[in-house]
Amino acid sequence: MVNLTVDGKNISVPEGTMLLEAIRGAGIAIPTLCAHEAVSRSGACRLCVVEIKKGNRTRIVTSCLYGAEEGLIVDTKSERVLNVRRLVMELLLARCPESEVLQKLAKELCVEPQARFIPDTDKGKCILCRSCVRVCEEVVGVSAIGLFARGSHKNVGTPYNEKSDACIGCGACAYVCPTGHIEMISTGDKRKIWGRTFKMQTCAKCGKFFAPVDQLKFISKKTGVPLSELTVCTECR
Amino acid sequence: MKKITNATELRRIQDDLTKNFDPNQKMVTICAGTGCRGYGCIKVKDALEAEIAKQNLNVEVRATGCFGFCEKGPLVVVHPQKIFYQRVGEKDVADIVAKTVMQGEIIEKLLYRDPATGATVMQEEEVPFYKKQKRLVFGSNGIIDPTRIDSYLAIGGYSALAKALTEMNPESIINEIKKASLRGRGGGGFQAGTKWEGCRKAHGSPKYIIANGDEGDPGAYMDRSLMEGNPHSVVEGMIIGAYAIGASHGYIYVRNEYPLAVIHLTMAIESAREAGLLGKNILGSGFDFDISINKGGGAFVCGESSALFASIEGRAGEPRAKYVHAVEKGLWDKPTVLNNVETWANVPLIINKGADWYASIGTEKSKGTKIFSLVGKINNTGLVEVPMGMKLREIIYDIGGGIPNGRKFKAVQTGGPSGGCIPESLLDLPVDFDKLYEVGSMMGSGGMIVMDDRSCMVDVAKYFLAFLQEESCGKCVPCREGVRRMREILEDICAGKGSEGDIELLEKIATGVADGSLCALGGSAPNPVLSTLRYFRDEYDAHIKEHRCPAGVCKALITYSIDPEKCTGCTLCSKVCPVQAISGEKKKTHAIDNDKCTRCGACFEGCKFDAINVK
Repeated sequence: MVNLTVDGKNISVPEGTMLLEAIRGAGIAIPTLCAHEAVSRSGACRLCVVEIKKGNRTRIVTSCLYGAEEGLIVDTKSERVLNVRRLVMELLLARCPESEVLQKLAKELCVEPQARFIPDTDKGKCILCRSCVRVCEEVVGVSAIGLFARGSHKNVGTPYNEKSDACIGCGACAYVCPTGHIEMISTGDKRKIWGRTFKMQTCAKCGKFFAPVDQLKFISKKTGVPLSELTVCTECR
Repeated sequence: MKKITNATELRRIQDDLTKNFDPNQKMVTICAGTGCRGYGCIKVKDALEAEIAKQNLNVEVRATGCFGFCEKGPLVVVHPQKIFYQRVGEKDVADIVAKTVMQGEIIEKLLYRDPATGATVMQEEEVPFYKKQKRLVFGSNGIIDPTRIDSYLAIGGYSALAKALTEMNPESIINEIKKASLRGRGGGGFQAGTKWEGCRKAHGSPKYIIANGDEGDPGAYMDRSLMEGNPHSVVEGMIIGAYAIGASHGYIYVRNEYPLAVIHLTMAIESAREAGLLGKNILGSGFDFDISINKGGGAFVCGESSALFASIEGRAGEPRAKYVHAVEKGLWDKPTVLNNVETWANVPLIINKGADWYASIGTEKSKGTKIFSLVGKINNTGLVEVPMGMKLREIIYDIGGGIPNGRKFKAVQTGGPSGGCIPESLLDLPVDFDKLYEVGSMMGSGGMIVMDDRSCMVDVAKYFLAFLQEESCGKCVPCREGVRRMREILEDICAGKGSEGDIELLEKIATGVADGSLCALGGSAPNPVLSTLRYFRDEYDAHIKEHRCPAGVCKALITYSIDPEKCTGCTLCSKVCPVQAISGEKKKTHAIDNDKCTRCGACFEGCKFDAINVK
């Protein structure tokens, strides 16, 4: 176990615990957008920053990536921390003015949109948290989408924004997206995502459309289970 | 070259090479660095070779690396007298061979003329540009042929490696580097010896060492010139470092935009391998080490260590959080030492001459010399190597020759795009890692951009932020979005659309970006804004409150007019004006139509009588 102080409170956590979990475990709220339990962490959104003190040195770190250390003094609400958090929220609100998730979070953090920033109109609700890219690579294992370009031109998509042969239409990206940016429309026997239309499989028992055929083929290939055995939905299995 | 199997044999080869070298031998060296190539030095070199062949002379023409005095290229030195010729053209070649090479006669018009005294200077070291320099790392550039290993061996090259492998052990090498207090030349200024020690002690294998040659600062080219002009010094430093930390493989990460550096490094590695200085059982010591070259795609952020690792690993060059140091988990999560090219080139020097000697140069906490690229509004553009602690004033005036056209010095920007602008009041600042940091700038990799009174500091901050916005990897929010928003505000200010509160907002964003960004690029990105606000706040105020650009740069805030007292009616301005905004009869005062004028400044630059006013 490691012992540390968070906002004046002494806590003990198992070695290897990230500060984010340690702090939340102590009942202290920390906002996050890019830390999704299904994927590895990137530290992209910077909302979870805290100020740590080791010896005489203080610095700002992202709690989602910083492991708890013996004797560490953590301040989750210092002026520096709040300044970064407020700035991140103002910047994101200007980038994605339509996002209800961001509006709600901003309200919780008492952040108003910065009037001096002209809101973007071309970014949709994407905050580039990269959870979609990570889930596609790390969990699904197809890497159908990725990040391209850099700086303020950075974007997420399929290669060259063309229809991707690698995509299996599973929708994991849409599921982990914190702001609901990724559009997935399932109607009848069709599902549309990333510009491609997928044919849906009907459940052999209940008759509901439950998964894209391409996804089932992918699972079959990966697990060796014959496709014919995958035609029953999870509820009927 | 035959494989050298031990240190004694290396010594013998070096001795033979030195012995065979007759100091009275005639030779012509020509700078073939990138700057001089731009001036056409290769044509001059070809012409020299042809002329020497025509005259049937036994004189070597040696194309070397950059001499540093790029302002006056192409540069040629005739040996053994070491007669230094500048601005040499093809047309001068026949004369140089007939008079100087054959007769020892000096051609006055090709000599450097001291603008202060008007006197000509015969030898390189007497030229004021070189006089105050201490060219320990960079000096061999003008002597050796970077494409030939024997040329490096002839000046004692690889003797530091032999010493390290035979007379020292890894611990004593690390102690020597620590005692020399060598700090990383790439920007951070971290103690190289501490880094090496950390990596040596770290668990995990294999261990890697990397030379960072991803020099991306606008106007900086010192690492380029080292890799092009003296690649073996970098390779030798790396082998010593590898032996000290126990690494078996190294990488040189070099921008693909530096084709000559790539070629010369490749040749250096291949010839070192052939000579048994790389590969298995180096100099019979039992130590194995080899180097590969990794060509970077030109992203500025790939100079950042963790982004550089990602790039070598074949992923997009994005930094990652560095809460675990690279010496423990670096490239492929293995213990890694990453040092800048110039840092590696310092290593053989320290091993050869000793830490005490090295530590006697420089200031208390910054030892040795530093190469700076001196560019911008400066008379002597070029690369200069000076001991740490030299005053900015000495670098800019004594070495750099001051500001062209009699204009006034305004600021010097050091440390690359995320460095800071230092004003005239701080010209007596001794330049070292800590002093530059104290005044809100940094050493960076050694870029120095000099600005005169015609530079608008708001415009300068805008320029650097635009660069950083483009070069940010875009991973984290503060850097990607914050830098962009700062740039937008600066653009508004320059366009006369600044508003009350903008300065305070800039400061607020700057603090948040500096504190909240993932890597050092974002962490230091606000520096151009913060340092210009610190020293030139009145200029921001003039733009915002008075809608005035004091330096006469921001187009939306200036008007050009013609001074009737000075105008001679020469008509030049009306001819250079691209939009026909200037009218007037010959020999009569001209006038500018401000509705048509696009503020391009062509008339201002063109007028020979200083008759164009900017307000």
